Amino acid sequence: MAVAAPPRHTSKPVPGSRTSWSLRLRGPQNRNLWFWVFVGPFVIGLVVFVYVPILWSLWLSFYDARNTVTPTVFVGFGNYADLLSDPAFRSSLTTFIVFAAFIVPTTFVLSLGLALLVNRARALQGFFRSVYFLPTACSYVVASLVWKMSLFSGVRFGLVNTVLDHFGIEPIAWLSITQPPWYWLVIVTARLWLQVGFYMILFLAGLQRISPTLYEAAAVDGATGWKVLRHITVPQLAATSAAVVLLLLINAFQAFDEFFNLLSSSGQYPPYARPPLVYLYYTALGQGQDFGHGSAGAIILTLLIAIVALVQGRFMRFGRED
Amino acid sequence: MSPSSSTLPESSASPESSASPESPASSTTFRVGRRGFLGLAGAAVGAGALAACGGNTGRGTSVGATGAGGKPAISQWYHAYGEAGTQQAVEKYAKAYSAASVTVQWYPSGYDQKVASSLLTSSGPDVFENGNGPSIDMIQGGQVVDLTGVLGDAASDFTPSLIKRFTYKGKLYAVPQVTDMQLLVYRKSLLTAAGVQPPTTVDELLTTAKKLTTDKIKGFYAGTDGGVGVLGGPMLWAAGLDYLNADQTAFGFDSDAAVEGFSKLRQLFTSGSLLLGAPADWSDPSAFTQGLTAMQWTGLWTLPVIEKAFPGDYGVIAFPALATGGKGAVPIGAYGSCVSTKAKNVDAAKAFVKWLWVDQTADQLDFAQSYGFHIPARKSVVAQAEKLKSGPAADAAKLANENGFAQSPLLWTPKCATAFSDGLSRIVKDGSDPKKEIATMKSTVEAELKRVGA
Repeated sequence: MAVAAPPRHTSKPVPGSRTSWSLRLRGPQNRNLWFWVFVGPFVIGLVVFVYVPILWSLWLSFYDARNTVTPTVFVGFGNYADLLSDPAFRSSLTTFIVFAAFIVPTTFVLSLGLALLVNRARALQGFFRSVYFLPTACSYVVASLVWKMSLFSGVRFGLVNTVLDHFGIEPIAWLSITQPPWYWLVIVTARLWLQVGFYMILFLAGLQRISPTLYEAAAVDGATGWKVLRHITVPQLAATSAAVVLLLLINAFQAFDEFFNLLSSSGQYPPYARPPLVYLYYTALGQGQDFGHGSAGAIILTLLIAIVALVQGRFMRFGRED
Repeated sequence: MSPSSSTLPESSASPESSASPESPASSTTFRVGRRGFLGLAGAAVGAGALAACGGNTGRGTSVGATGAGGKPAISQWYHAYGEAGTQQAVEKYAKAYSAASVTVQWYPSGYDQKVASSLLTSSGPDVFENGNGPSIDMIQGGQVVDLTGVLGDAASDFTPSLIKRFTYKGKLYAVPQVTDMQLLVYRKSLLTAAGVQPPTTVDELLTTAKKLTTDKIKGFYAGTDGGVGVLGGPMLWAAGLDYLNADQTAFGFDSDAAVEGFSKLRQLFTSGSLLLGAPADWSDPSAFTQGLTAMQWTGLWTLPVIEKAFPGDYGVIAFPALATGGKGAVPIGAYGSCVSTKAKNVDAAKAFVKWLWVDQTADQLDFAQSYGFHIPARKSVVAQAEKLKSGPAADAAKLANENGFAQSPLLWTPKCATAFSDGLSRIVKDGSDPKKEIATMKSTVEAELKRVGA
């Protein structure tokens, strides 16, 4: 790579101080050099593509930046005030809360349940583990299209509508109507299918770390079934659970792909089921190109996620030893 | 057009990575501390990485504005037209231009975003098309060049509503390429069987849709969102209103007619005669050609497919008027050819736009009629378009002239559009009070008008 220094043995003898400098730079056995050869590209990538954009975004958020990323009109906290007083942005936060309130516990319970079942399977454990995990490998976009065009297609011959038809139920336009809000069913089932397997694996790993002696001792004491689950399995999974809940919350915050692919149509997005990232996408990256408000929204979201993570970490002792 | 004009190989574009990632860090012959060394190493690699990103801009050459043979190099961007052959056609036109070497870039998806973000940098297009011309923020942000005068004597030959749409404060910012329009198509045989005539008022649209609805076929289709996305504008025009007032200084539909019109859209949505679940959105004729609906709101571009499916068994009308005796409406729009202010050679780019979209009428006719199905932007070219002389296509061309409204005003910013579709969605889908929603739209629109200095 680019940082490679001249090979040691071919360099001409140089005066003492220089040699010691270059030797000290490279460290014993060229360790410093190799450290940066391997780590450098990633650090540079991180700085150029992550830290610089974040700081730039922070800077943009204080400017009136429409169709430019080098704005000149300073507006202070104006963009933040605009966003917080914008009903559409506030309703996107509500949408997120509704979504999170549903998706986090459901995924948690389902993946824990699956993990418990798979963990107890005597035969074909590997098979079941793989089968449930496989959807994780599917892209959100692909899954959304399958859900939109095939499973929950509003046409009479959509899969779910065909099943309903057997029971004499009229076809339902799943994504087009808001009363009742069937679109939530589509969004939530798509995400459940995609992510339950992954969290099941996390729980499985947690389950396998519980010492069998605990169960043996419990059995000797006469504890069975729910009691074991309640007093041994669940408390022993505390650290895993904390991590799972945090990851689920952050993932819910970052929800974009399935919402966008399920609900957007011809350049527009309906006012319902519009999570913050979709809202910001239309503000800053759609035709709007309003980077000032977009950046301010991104900073607000980042702060919210940080606060939620801190509070949750405090209550669920995330990151502590078991 | 001179057939002997030299044609540059299209692959002449080369990445502009002239910055070598080697240099300073590879030498330890000068004194640097550890941090200095790392900083330099990082800078070198970073520069290399960034140079690689800057890559292919589509211009004939990367350095300076001249291509091989001393001719200016122009990069021209298009979104991907769906019809086979369009890309080859525009490449052919570009090759035939002798005064500059033009490279065509064709973007299969995300075109609008790609243009918007690349206009911020120097690696953007020189000439590009934009739906309904450049946005007000592009104009005010100084991203597009004033093209006044490019039309020359032909100015009066272009569809006036399009020229008006592309003009801001007396300056023209885009040259219309072709006109597109939306309209209502219906199956003649199904209407005859139900004993109804094509609707001439919104009320008739509702009753006709109801009569046409059976357990297999719905009466009307206007998109999976129930028409929220596409019927709002036509409903305003059909009520004698518009998004903004005539000189674009004030909100245009704070009136009872708008309340009535939007309520009718809600009625249509809940009537049970509107098709909601469909294999594709309104812009695609599938729902109509698969016999799922008897009438559909769609675009002119679908007529060739519909003609194939139901030869002679379809007709086209405008969105019907709200009041009896009123005038129906169709939205018309156009991709406008714009020149970026960051173009390496603005004059050459302007000259090319003039050459292709003003002077080359034969190419314009070919572009409008041979691949997709559009109306040429110049009236004299429309007169030569054979396909527009008979049948429903001729009716459509007449509708565009007599009932056409520019799809949205220039000062109707994306934020206004979002407020409008949000409010309309709440009226139509949730049954929200139209008066209240119109008031909400009005406050957003007035704030935006103030921002853009209307």
